[in-house]
Amino acid sequence: MKILVPVKRVVDYNVKVRVKADGTGVDIANVKMSMNPFDEIAVEEAVRLKEAGVATEVVAVSCGVAACQETIRAAMAIGADRGILVESDADLQPLAVAKLLKALCDKEQPTVVICGKQAIDDDSNQTGQMLAALMGWPQATFASKVQLGEGVATVMREIDGGLETVEIKLPAVVTTDLRLNEPRYATLPNIMKAKKKPLDTVKPADLGVDVAPRLATLKVAEPPKRSAGVRVADVAQLVDKLKNEAKVI
Amino acid sequence: MAILVIAEHDNASLKAATLNTVSAAAQLGSEVHVLVAGANCAAAAAEAAKVAGVAKVRVADAAHYDSQTAENVAALVVAVVANEAAGYTHILAPSTANGKNVAPRVAALLDVAQISDIVAVESADTFVRPIYAGNAMATVKSDDAVKVMTVRTTAFEAAAMVANEGGAAAVEALGAAADLGLTSVKGRDLTKSERPELGAAKIIVSGGRGLGSGENYHKLLEPLADALGAALGASRAAVDAGYVPNDYQVGQTGKIVAPQLYIAVGISGAIQHLAGMKDSKVIVAINKDPEAPIFQVADYGLVGDLFEVVPELSQAVG
Repeated sequence: MKILVPVKRVVDYNVKVRVKADGTGVDIANVKMSMNPFDEIAVEEAVRLKEAGVATEVVAVSCGVAACQETIRAAMAIGADRGILVESDADLQPLAVAKLLKALCDKEQPTVVICGKQAIDDDSNQTGQMLAALMGWPQATFASKVQLGEGVATVMREIDGGLETVEIKLPAVVTTDLRLNEPRYATLPNIMKAKKKPLDTVKPADLGVDVAPRLATLKVAEPPKRSAGVRVADVAQLVDKLKNEAKVI
Repeated sequence: MAILVIAEHDNASLKAATLNTVSAAAQLGSEVHVLVAGANCAAAAAEAAKVAGVAKVRVADAAHYDSQTAENVAALVVAVVANEAAGYTHILAPSTANGKNVAPRVAALLDVAQISDIVAVESADTFVRPIYAGNAMATVKSDDAVKVMTVRTTAFEAAAMVANEGGAAAVEALGAAADLGLTSVKGRDLTKSERPELGAAKIIVSGGRGLGSGENYHKLLEPLADALGAALGASRAAVDAGYVPNDYQVGQTGKIVAPQLYIAVGISGAIQHLAGMKDSKVIVAINKDPEAPIFQVADYGLVGDLFEVVPELSQAVG
């Protein structure tokens, strides 16, 4: 059983991004880039399934600039067997990425695609669902537990107010939530080994996919600032403020 | 031309998130229709008909919509859009677990972009949405024929309910689309609580790592939440440490909330947490570290030992 894991190169989650003065976007020059944390969980899950003998091969895919190779190597250091980079300098929006992934799925025929539920840069939370739609496959989003069986997967999903267990037919798309697992740290020997694993590069045109963006970003602005309020000395003063000034209790 | 809102409901009743979504739809300037896909969902549909601003409720009542799987609901929505002679220009769903599950699937089937988590409508094709966990706001324009989007419910007022029966919208039955049979829901394990739902609560008491243990979390925060009639929330650190289940989590990767009053207890205020609660009307921070970043967004900050302060506060407001 082959598992495909899309991984995205994003601004590291510890970096506080700044909006560019001209309002065209956020400044990502000289900023630390990492694998999207939800994708790291996806890679970890796929690798665990391989280690458990359920999966036979884990393929990491990234769509974006040449530097996304690093992200694929990071996935390989966790345990992915090989990588595919769909190289493009274009602004790749979720629908375009889903179409690229569909083209790769048609070629690679994975049984499961495990995606992060959302990337922490554009916060879209769309690609996995879109890929499932384009493939005509079922989807199990926001997974906190995945069990692969014969032709079906049982997935526990995080939903509003609790958990839901779904049984989906394979092939399928699963998207990861935080509690699915805790990704391992890549060891130095594994980082070295990752450098020797095969990594193919293709272009969107090779896959016959039009990646033209559908949404135009007109401007990017700072969110409204919240200014710090006052310090209160004790509980009595706090209760007084809440009752008489803010009038919220 | 009309706008279709995918209702959030549990067959028996309409969820509040639908009301905020209808408000967002009303700003787009055409007739608003609400789609209720469910099984034995007449009660939810009747409720939807009483939401102010709704012109028509379209109901698809069939066994295979019982658990509203994304696969079946998305196929239905696409069929509804294709069969509507007048055409739908916009399809909206709330940014709930359910809405986020279904909307991208609908968009991909229609070959259009999906616009996630809108917080403002600038015009019929231009919307504002947060990116980078709310550290930046992007204004985006879509040229697609149908705009599919999810709505951040805390950014829009809830639409009112029409009091008299006469004001109710027409309810129209729709033929169900075929059951795709791709997914079956085996069970749901919903947290049972007497307290208000986190997403809809007026007051939220939220705890972080400073509480030290799950036992302390419950011992200290439950009496305060009970005294205030508040919902309970938590930071990711508290969830990761196992104090409370994941569905308590407020933040970038958890729930986005905007209550009237948010009381952060023992929460340092990592940006991921702030992203989930900084639109609250009034924020109170209780923390022993005067340098904690949470104080930079708090309206009222109390530096002190939460083990003394919280019981005192519970008593004072009780």
